[in-house]
Amino acid sequence: MANVKINLLINKPKYSAHIEESNSRIFTTGEVITEQKDFMRGHGTYLEDGFIKSSVVGVAKQINKLISVVPLKSKYVGEIGDVIVGRVTEISKKRWKIDTNSRLDSVLLISSINLPGGELRRRNAEDEQSMRKLLQEEDLLSAEVQNVYTDGSLSLHTRSLKYGKLSQGILISVSPSLIKRRKNHFHNLPCGISVIIGNNGYIWVAPIVNVEEQGGGFAQCLDPVSKGDRETIVRVKNCIQALSACYVMIYDTSIMYAYEESMKYDVKELLNQDTMYEVGFNAKQRILQLE
Amino acid sequence: MAYNPLSEAEKIFILHGVQDDFRNDGRTRNDFRPMELQTNVIASASGSARFCIANSDILVGIKPEIDIPSPNKPNEGKIEFLVDCSANALLDFEGRGGEELASEITNCLKLTYSSPYAFDLKSLCILPKFQCWKLYVDILILQCAGNLYDAISLAVKCALYNLRIPRVTSALLDGGNVDLVLSDDPSDCDRINAESLPILMTVCKIGDYCIVDPSIDEENCSTSSAVVGVSGNKITTIKTISGGSFHADTLNNLIDLTITTAKYLNEKLLKSLKQEERQMESNKIQKCSFLN
Repeated sequence: MANVKINLLINKPKYSAHIEESNSRIFTTGEVITEQKDFMRGHGTYLEDGFIKSSVVGVAKQINKLISVVPLKSKYVGEIGDVIVGRVTEISKKRWKIDTNSRLDSVLLISSINLPGGELRRRNAEDEQSMRKLLQEEDLLSAEVQNVYTDGSLSLHTRSLKYGKLSQGILISVSPSLIKRRKNHFHNLPCGISVIIGNNGYIWVAPIVNVEEQGGGFAQCLDPVSKGDRETIVRVKNCIQALSACYVMIYDTSIMYAYEESMKYDVKELLNQDTMYEVGFNAKQRILQLE
Repeated sequence: MAYNPLSEAEKIFILHGVQDDFRNDGRTRNDFRPMELQTNVIASASGSARFCIANSDILVGIKPEIDIPSPNKPNEGKIEFLVDCSANALLDFEGRGGEELASEITNCLKLTYSSPYAFDLKSLCILPKFQCWKLYVDILILQCAGNLYDAISLAVKCALYNLRIPRVTSALLDGGNVDLVLSDDPSDCDRINAESLPILMTVCKIGDYCIVDPSIDEENCSTSSAVVGVSGNKITTIKTISGGSFHADTLNNLIDLTITTAKYLNEKLLKSLKQEERQMESNKIQKCSFLN
């Protein structure tokens, strides 16, 4: 029998994101951040009448004399060394265009990938002609930001065995400002699956695969995923969406907390908004206790 | 249909999930995502509703107007649908991008509501050959997360349930001119019997199995999908979308599946609508806009 659940919007409780720290205040566009003159203007700010004003809606951040405003919601702004998950949108001469949730498509040059077999050699015309064999349009890949061009577009590289084409799994898109910058963005979670938390807000949840296998990171495994793995993957996906709905920073610990909090529910129950918020807020409480 | 790229491996992952009866969000093949509804959301419309299936968010407003019946159907009223695909819902709808989808949905709705089993147009007639009600049903897609047909048909149904048409106290024919007297009391109004109003149900075929309530990703990796209009125990329309074809046996199974599911969905919907009505009456909640 079908499972149908209809809620009434008039009975819906109102949830709001609480900002715990009393000093984090949200600035709106054009608002004066400081009236003192001896500050430097950073990202998300501009100078007018001698005052530093906010050009985006967000939280002010001060590093020594530099004041910047981190927007609450934005497209991804890349930095060198960031781990990203992206999707191929176009193949042109010597390069792939990759959608990375930023304003402009990023590029992956054929010279910045490891060719299959791990050999280091000059790229010739033949390699250029067989680019589609490595990465097709709409394929997903993980990569690292190699360079940021002046217009803000990114140049990527996959010159490590941990980067490369992604196989079976689920992609989740969250706001890039929810991703916590960490040393490591590739995690094998204790629950038996792997996640790649892209700095660009794309999160890849997949079964654990052995990275040492041949193919330079371009091999794909299309065998069915076991039911147990699939259940865990979907549960982690629903947990990440719960965290994102509650504006909780997303990193390995918060995902695991949400996962543990969610264990008392069935996977599909996590789609209900009240369960979702409960899991998210419980995970948030545990993170706060930790700090 | 909304286009959302998927790589081959992702498609295979979804396909195996449907085979295992465990979809990408933990649902089984026959499960719907949680739905939400609210009626009477637009104060200036005679009937309105907002309906969400997960993140597919639909707003419907209805206004009745007095019109002349068409000569070949002198004792029937009229109903007209207009779907607006807002570019806020999906970037693909920008400019004229949503027009094709909008007209597809409009035609489908028109077809289901034209069936005499689904909607009694005669009830909209005031004076045969001279005056009838014409209902303008305006549908706005606020957000799209797949399964638009179902969400829209359910939203329209809720809005029609909420619709209040002013009561005509007397209609006199005076030498070719019609003299209508509408009731002065705004609470004195006619309502439409919503029980048999049709529900559209999208069924996607992925691999060898059929699923209900597809998400955008599932819509994109289905080989063929059909929209079935169900009213009570009867099929009012059936139409394939996004190309592809069905084997006769599959189609029969699919129809059985939609009839039982739609019947259950219909019961649940009417129950929720009645519950909301009771609550509104007891609490006297005043709404001024759907954004509140």
